Amino acid sequence: MHELSIVQSIVETAVDAAAQANALRVSKVYLKLGVLSGAVKESLQFCYSIGTLDTILEGSSLEIEELPVKIYCATCREVRELPDIQRFRCPVCNTPSGDVRQGKELEIGSLEVDLP
Amino acid sequence: MTPRILEVRKKVLNKNDELARSLRDRFHEANVFAMNLVSSPGTGKTALLQKTLAAMLAQGKRVAALVGDLETDNDARRLAESGAPVRQIQTHGCCHLEANMIASHLEGWDLGQIDYLFIENVGNLVCPASYDLGEDIRVALLSVTEGEDKPLKYPAMFHSSDAAVITKMDIAEACDFNRETAVANIHSVRPGIQIFEVSAKNGTGLDSWIGYLTSAWETRFHP
Repeated sequence: MHELSIVQSIVETAVDAAAQANALRVSKVYLKLGVLSGAVKESLQFCYSIGTLDTILEGSSLEIEELPVKIYCATCREVRELPDIQRFRCPVCNTPSGDVRQGKELEIGSLEVDLP
Repeated sequence: MTPRILEVRKKVLNKNDELARSLRDRFHEANVFAMNLVSSPGTGKTALLQKTLAAMLAQGKRVAALVGDLETDNDARRLAESGAPVRQIQTHGCCHLEANMIASHLEGWDLGQIDYLFIENVGNLVCPASYDLGEDIRVALLSVTEGEDKPLKYPAMFHSSDAAVITKMDIAEACDFNRETAVANIHSVRPGIQIFEVSAKNGTGLDSWIGYLTSAWETRFHP
């Protein structure tokens, strides 16, 4: 359970970005979460309300977009989305591939803020 | 007041990643090959390291280890018996190592005197996956007592690893361990990685594991 420390990093990053833009309040944080990131959506949500207390983010919501794994298949020469993360093979032609093009993200895309 | 969308596009663990990058640069300048060993608690990371450090020291290799645990310095004391420089990182409840812990525990060490730096992570197959420590390779360990499907249960960790070690091979038969299934499962989440089957107790497979590390050092620093 390392989601609280990840939430603390989210808060630090968002507070910095909001301060730079002179925002008065942050109402939403949009997070991209790859399924290989190692963080769990529900745990992040659980920790978020605690981690944002006494910050400009207090009372804001965490909007999480979960991103599935996409691999590059050298046989098909196509990027393919995987249905799960137990099998790193092309879902079309079954070629194994560790060439991950999406799914490791743990990043803040944008913030919804109140500007003066 | 109007709500506005502010583009940020920043990695959440940016600070850790940046620090890990600077550690990696320091390691490479000093020809240090760094390894991050990850597994469940009880897989045998410390036992494997004890034998690995002793064997590599006997070959004249310059090895050192950082070992992470929530509490106690028991593991560091076990590993220091080999004669290698060893430091304990006590995380006091934190379930994984972070790059800043590595940086602070390297203070006072002359990296010029180290060729191989082993970092034994906290026993945990989930959280350490997210944190780059500046290592050259991440090695996931799996013991024969844990079940062949562990890689499928913890795919993010096995997927992020560059090599895998199956430990406690001396009791594989007693555990009805099916090596073909375990190997297939590791390769299912991380196609093509090298897998070593070892026993720290009777020494099985240690030579090929150590051979892999030494040739990885050669490839990295004297290609």
